[in-house]
Amino acid sequence: MKRCDKLVEVGRRQFLRGGLATAAALPMVGLMAKDAKAATNGALLDYPSGKLANVNDLKLNEPMEVSYPDEDAPGVLLKLGKAVEGGVGPDGDIVGFTTVCPHKGFPLSYNAESRTMNCPGHYSVFDCEAGGQQTWGQATQNLPQYRLRVDDKGDIYAEGVDELLYGRLSNVL
Amino acid sequence: MAFKRNIDRLPIIPADATKHNVTCHYCIVGCGYNAYTWPVNKQGGTAPNENALGVDLSKQQPANSEAWYSPSMYNVVKQNGKDVHLVVKPDKECSVNSGLGSVRGARMAENRRSDKTGTQQQRLEEPMIWRYGTWQPTSWDDALDLVARVTARVIDKDNEDDLFVSMFDHGGSAGGYENTWGTGKLYFESMKVKHCRIHNRPAYNSEVHSTRDMGVGELNYAYEDYTMTDTIFLVGTNPLECQTNLFLNHMVPGMRNGAKVIIVDPRRTVTANACEVEAGKDNVLHLAIKTGTDVALFNTLFTYIADQGWVDKEFIANSTFQGDVAQPLDEAHPAALGSFEFALQECRTSLADGAAICGVSEADIVKAAEWIAKPKDDGSRRKCVTAYEKGIIWGNDNYRAIGTLVNIGLATGNIGREGGGVCRLGGHQEGYMRPSDAHVGRPAPYIDQLLIAGKGKVHHVWANDHYKTTLNATAFKREYNRRTNMVKDAMDARAGATREELVDAIVGAINAGGLFSVNVDIIHSQIGQAAHVILPAVESGEMNLTSMNGERRMRLVEKYMDGPGSAQPDCMIAAGMAQHLERVIREQGRSEYADQFKGYDWKSEEDAFMDGYHANTGKIVTYERLRAMGNNGVQEPVVDFQDGKLVGVKRLYADGKFDRHGREDKKALFCAGQWRGLQAAGKAAQRDNYAFLINNGRANIIWQNWFLDKGNDFVSDRFPLPFIEINPEDMAELNLKQGDLVEVYNDVGATQALVYPTPTARRKETFMVFGAPNGAQGNIVNAGVNELILPNYKHTWANIRKISDATPSTSRLSYKSQEYVAS
Repeated sequence: MKRCDKLVEVGRRQFLRGGLATAAALPMVGLMAKDAKAATNGALLDYPSGKLANVNDLKLNEPMEVSYPDEDAPGVLLKLGKAVEGGVGPDGDIVGFTTVCPHKGFPLSYNAESRTMNCPGHYSVFDCEAGGQQTWGQATQNLPQYRLRVDDKGDIYAEGVDELLYGRLSNVL
Repeated sequence: MAFKRNIDRLPIIPADATKHNVTCHYCIVGCGYNAYTWPVNKQGGTAPNENALGVDLSKQQPANSEAWYSPSMYNVVKQNGKDVHLVVKPDKECSVNSGLGSVRGARMAENRRSDKTGTQQQRLEEPMIWRYGTWQPTSWDDALDLVARVTARVIDKDNEDDLFVSMFDHGGSAGGYENTWGTGKLYFESMKVKHCRIHNRPAYNSEVHSTRDMGVGELNYAYEDYTMTDTIFLVGTNPLECQTNLFLNHMVPGMRNGAKVIIVDPRRTVTANACEVEAGKDNVLHLAIKTGTDVALFNTLFTYIADQGWVDKEFIANSTFQGDVAQPLDEAHPAALGSFEFALQECRTSLADGAAICGVSEADIVKAAEWIAKPKDDGSRRKCVTAYEKGIIWGNDNYRAIGTLVNIGLATGNIGREGGGVCRLGGHQEGYMRPSDAHVGRPAPYIDQLLIAGKGKVHHVWANDHYKTTLNATAFKREYNRRTNMVKDAMDARAGATREELVDAIVGAINAGGLFSVNVDIIHSQIGQAAHVILPAVESGEMNLTSMNGERRMRLVEKYMDGPGSAQPDCMIAAGMAQHLERVIREQGRSEYADQFKGYDWKSEEDAFMDGYHANTGKIVTYERLRAMGNNGVQEPVVDFQDGKLVGVKRLYADGKFDRHGREDKKALFCAGQWRGLQAAGKAAQRDNYAFLINNGRANIIWQNWFLDKGNDFVSDRFPLPFIEINPEDMAELNLKQGDLVEVYNDVGATQALVYPTPTARRKETFMVFGAPNGAQGNIVNAGVNELILPNYKHTWANIRKISDATPSTSRLSYKSQEYVAS
C-alpha cells in the first residue's frame, strides 16, 4: 500500500487511519478548549484532568479516538487485554497515547495485529505494549503516553503526558 | 518503563538568539542543522515577534513544521565561559535533508556535555597521566612533555618504525580537514611514520583501492541523481538506517518518480521493506545472494548485459582504455585491469553458473540486468545509479567485488551523467587532507598483527577504539593489555621518581616488550583503559570544523560552544606534540631532526585549515567564504570564487575523462576480477565448522561504536546490550527466548548479545550490531584480510549458547518487527 502524500497536509486535525473499520465510527471524545487551564507559575505544568471515556466504552484491541490535553492534540485509548506499562483499569490493560508522531508530526495509525502505532511518514514503529517504546524509527522520543486514572464509576481520566508532544513547546498551550 | 524524559515544555528561542551553521557530525550524509544559542536568563515568547521562528507558538504546529524542536534538540552548555541555552534543529533550507532530522542527528544537542543538565559527563576534560596506580589529571605541558620524552627515545631521523600510530582519517565528529591535517603533518611530514592505521581497519590503506585504480573516484555523483534515474542499484548497503536522510530525502523521491530498486543483500533490511512501501513490491528486486558471492553476481550481470549488447559503445570507445592489459595482477593489485574486452573475457560467467554460485534464480539475474541496462521501449538509454557500502567493502574479496561492480557502471556509461554514478555511500563524512602517504607502501603493514607480535614501542592513538571495533579483537586486547601493563607496572614501581628516572623506567619496560600508549580522544575509551597518557579532544561544534559529505558537499560547522575543560582540537594537540618533540629533540642535540618539527605555530584551527586545505587546494577556500555558503556549502572540488560565491562541481567525470588513477590518458580501466570463493584466510574453514553466520553492521539508533550513545539514556534504554537477530526456529532449537543473553563463540574468541527474534532472518544467518561497549562483535572476527590488508568483518561464523534468561533490563524491551506496515 502506498502512503498518501497528502498526509503531510493534514496538519492540525489528524485521524487514526483504518486500524479497524469501526474506529472512524466511534464517537469523538475530547475536551473542550475551556477545560484546558493556562499554565501557572508552579514548577510543574498544570494539566487539565478530563474524562476521556468509561472502561465500558472500550473494546479489546480496538482503538478509540480521544484528544488530550486539548482538542488540537489527537490521541487514542487502547484496551490491550493484558497488563502493560502505564496500564490502568481493572486489568491494568488500558493505555493512552498521542497519535502524532514525535519525529515530524505525521498521523500514526494503529496496527491491531502487532499492537503498534506506525508512521506513514518515515516508517517509525512504536510498541503500545512496551510504554510506547520506539521499536524502530526516526523519533528521538518514545511515544508520549497519557497518565491515566480510573475512578469508581469506571470513568477514565487523563492527568498528564510523559513526553513533549509534537508541534508544541508546551504540552498545555 | 520505556525511557521518558517527563519534559513537557521547553524554553522558546528568542528572536535575537545567535544562529550558527551546523552540519550534523554523525553520518556521511551531513544534514544541515542550525544551532541557536542565547543567554541562560532569557527566553522568547509565543508571539511571532517574540521568537526566532516567527510564528505563533501558542498554537499547535502542523506536520513538518520548522517551529518545533524536541527535548533531544535542547541543552544548556557553556559558550565563552557563560551558560547558554542551546537548540540544534534541522535546517529546512539545506538541500541535503530539507529539514529532516534522523534519530542520531536530532540528538546532537542532548549529546553535548553539560554540567547543568548532566549529559555526557563521560567527556574528558583534562589531560591525565598514569600515576600512583591510576590516572591523575595534569596540565597539557606536563602531559605533552612526557609524551615527547618517551616518543623521542624511540624515533630518530632515519628510523621511526618503533612509533606506531592509529589515527582517524574521516570528517565530521572530531575529524575534518583541520584535524587530519594536524596529525598528517606531524606523522607524514615532520616524520615519515609507516606503522600507522586508520580508525576502522588494521592498516593505512584505501577502502576502495580498485575503483580508484580504475580511474573512478568513489564519490562521483550528486544526491539529486537518485531523483532523476530509472533504477537505484543498492549493493551491500542499508541506507534507511545508515544514511537515513539520503534515503528519505533523495531515494524516496526517486522511487516516487518511478525508479525501480535492486537490492543485493543476504539479509532483508528495513531498507528493503521501505522500498517496497514506496515503489511497490513489483518494482523492488531483492537479490538475497549467498553471503560473499557478490563477485560472481556482478560478473554474471556484466556478461549478460554485454552479450545482449546493452552497453554504451560510444562511452567505452571514448572514455575507457583500449587494448588489453593496462595493469597486470601483482602484489599491489589483486586483479588485473585493462580494457572492456579483456575484462569481459576474464570475468565471463554464465547465467547458470552465476545463479548456482549466488543461490538466486537465473530469471532474477536477468531481471536485474534488464532493470540496470536494457534500453527502454523507445530505444533510449536506461539510467542507473549504483550505491555500495560495507557489505562489499568489509566483505569478501574487496578489490574484485568493488572493481567488478564498477565494471557494470562503466560498461553502461552510468558514470558522470545525470541519474548515474557508482558510489560508495560512506560512514562518517570525509575530511582528508594530509601529505603523501606513499612511504607507507602497498600493501601497507598489518598494524594489529605487528602489535600482537610484540612490535612497536610507543603507540599514539587518535580517536580509535580498537577494543570495540577491530577484527581479531580477542587476541588484540589480550596482548595489548599485557604489553601496556608492563609499562604501568614499571611506572608504578618508580612512584615519586624524577621525570628522567620515570622515562628511563618506561623505556626499560618497552625494551623488554612493553608498549607505551598515548590516547587522544573525547571520552575515556576502552583502549584508553590501557593508556599511560590521555589527552582530551573536542569535536564538531566545540571548534570550527570543515568536512564534505557523500556528494562532496563541503561545509563549515561553526563553533557554537566551549569544549569540556581544557580539551583542545586534535590539530592543536598535534601541534603541541610537535612543539614538545622539537624542544626535547633539540635538547638532545639532534638539531637537524628537531628542525623537522617546526611549522606548527597555529593560533587556532583556522590556521591549521589555511596551512592544510587552503594551501593545498588552489588557495580558494577560506572560512569566511565557506561560512557565507551556509549549510548548502559547495561541492568539491572547489574550482573558483565568483560573484562572492565559491564555485564547485556537481558531479565528477561529466567530461568523460577519468583521472583518479593518475593515468595521463584519462581513460577508465575495467577490472578483470574473477570469482575465487571466500578469499580471506580461515573464512571457509570457519563457515564449515560453525553453525551460524554472524553477519554484522550498524543499527539506526546507534552511531558507530556507541561512544556517545552509551551515555545517552534514550539509546541505552532501547538497547542495553548489543542485539543479535535470530530466526525463531533457530531460537527454538537453542531453547532461546527474546531478550535472553547468549554467548557467541568460535575459534578466535567470544562475545555476548541479547536475542532479538527476527522471522525475516534466514535460518542459520544472524545479524549482530557491531561496536558495542558490552559485547564487541569484533571479538569473533578472525584476522583474515585481503592482499591489501582490507578486513573482512562480515564473514564470521560462530556457535551460540545461552548465558541466561532475559534480565530486568532486557525483558521489558520491544521485540516486535522493525518493519513498518501500512494499516
